[in-house]
Amino acid sequence: MSEVRIQQVTPNLSTQKPRRSFLNKIGFGFLYLLLGTFAIIQIYPLVWLVFFSLKTNKEVFGMSPFSLPQSPQWENYTKAWTSGNIGVYFFNSVWITVLSVVLTIILASFVTFAVTRMNWKLSGPVLGLFLVAYMIPLHSTLIPLFKMYNSANLIDNPLSIVLSYTAFNLPLTIMILLGFYKTFPREIEEAAVMDGCSVHRIFFQITLPMTVPVLSTTAIINMIYNWNEFVFVNTFISSDKWKTLTVGINNFVGQYLTDWGAIGATLVISIVPILLAFLFLSDKIVEGMAAGSVKG
Amino acid sequence: MKTVMSNKFAIALYTLPALLLILVLIYIPIALSGYYGLMDWDGIGEMTFIGLDNYITLIQDKLFWSSTWHSFLLAIFSTASLLLYLAISLVLASKIKGSDLLRKIYLIPMLLSSVAIAQLWMKIFDPTNGMANKLLEFFGVENTPIWLADPKIALYAIFIPIIWQYAGFYILIYYAALKNVPDEVIEAAKIDGASPFQIAYKIKLPLISGVFKVTIMLAVVGSLKYFDLIYVMTGGGPNGASEVMASYMYKEAFKLNNFGYGSAIGFGLLVICLLMTWLTSQLTKSKDDVQF
Repeated sequence: MSEVRIQQVTPNLSTQKPRRSFLNKIGFGFLYLLLGTFAIIQIYPLVWLVFFSLKTNKEVFGMSPFSLPQSPQWENYTKAWTSGNIGVYFFNSVWITVLSVVLTIILASFVTFAVTRMNWKLSGPVLGLFLVAYMIPLHSTLIPLFKMYNSANLIDNPLSIVLSYTAFNLPLTIMILLGFYKTFPREIEEAAVMDGCSVHRIFFQITLPMTVPVLSTTAIINMIYNWNEFVFVNTFISSDKWKTLTVGINNFVGQYLTDWGAIGATLVISIVPILLAFLFLSDKIVEGMAAGSVKG
Repeated sequence: MKTVMSNKFAIALYTLPALLLILVLIYIPIALSGYYGLMDWDGIGEMTFIGLDNYITLIQDKLFWSSTWHSFLLAIFSTASLLLYLAISLVLASKIKGSDLLRKIYLIPMLLSSVAIAQLWMKIFDPTNGMANKLLEFFGVENTPIWLADPKIALYAIFIPIIWQYAGFYILIYYAALKNVPDEVIEAAKIDGASPFQIAYKIKLPLISGVFKVTIMLAVVGSLKYFDLIYVMTGGGPNGASEVMASYMYKEAFKLNNFGYGSAIGFGLLVICLLMTWLTSQLTKSKDDVQF
């Protein structure tokens, strides 16, 4: 139907076109200028970071900050990687992130399945508890959590970080999953029940595989949040061997106030994994970020 | 059907682990935070009950109220900047070439850790070698500011990277919402001779008002509990000029070992956040939300 309508409109538009086109061009040029300027504002600080990570101190302090590096100082990167504990921090970030993401996704899938597919009286209030938790500022929980972990001997233990990440990412993850489960047809699961399938088989062999698309979206969003998280690690972890990249580089950079090249290289190393993920998975990331806020 | 899907054991097995986790790590701590606020406690030794002393001190504490004011200032600036993002999204969503790429470029700062952003912007604000002052010098400004070291402008200087960081996120949300506006509605308006401005103002904006309200909520609450960039860039300084509620709590507890008073601040932060969540939802509520 809409096609027919558009065909009727076309002649009408074409008579107006010649009159408008010049103004339109200026208008569009202006809009592109606006959008382009905004893109430069968003991206240029990062380009500048990459530039100064490849400069010598002489160039940083003696020349315009907008100049290109004269001969790229790749040794800034080897210096950053070898002189600190960056390798250890990097490894910690990877395994803590991955473990927390896996835990969060399994637990959130369990809850979403139980709430949307199974019949029980308290499903509404229980879901409410998870959704309200999204509103609670984590800073208000920090001191009591510190005391709890302290009495459980979990201070300076990465388990405290994994548990905190999982708990605080559950609400958002459940929110995103909920949107998917609600639009998902129940017929296959119902047929499986008729065939005498147990709940566990339905969940693990039917529901979980069917939700893989949304699981990958939530996994990426969780990964970004965990990779970048700062407060929990800064508060609960004190020894270098358990620090993650964000806290590690913050301390490391603080010690090298004057060596901008090494500082820049350290920062670039910390953001490259996320930028790489974005390069290959940008659609999933965009989808996850939009889903988490709009459906919530 | 009913018996399989109302298997009590399975329900407990599926929900209890997650439920326990959020009860123990989120709900019990916020209750404890209010309780610890009644204590005199250095974080290591014994707690002594001192009644409402901490809360009374809190209400009279000028530093707490100035950091609360700073948090509210951030909320005001973030909410105001939403209008700019909305304008940009309206342009982006109007069938412009390259909008997909642009929107992804805008999002990049949102993906970076606060620490990386903070360290990067500290270099941008560097009084002698930073990009900000070199730009100002280029435009002929003689007395360039010292940014983060100037108590008068430190707070506003930090607002810039915070707003920079979140811009792409809000643009992304608006863009997604605008793309959901059915083409038929726009086409019908065009047939009736509506100008692009009329279409934007009278049709698109009312249709995405629900999403706009959600983003106001996100901006307000997100600003009130904001912490990371401020902690790394200035630590609340110079002299409390950029202190916000969360950074003040952190300083009292983990730097000055006033865990009792820190808990009281943390509880105040919680109450203010929940109050503002409720207030924002009341203020943005309208009886006739547009449906499509």
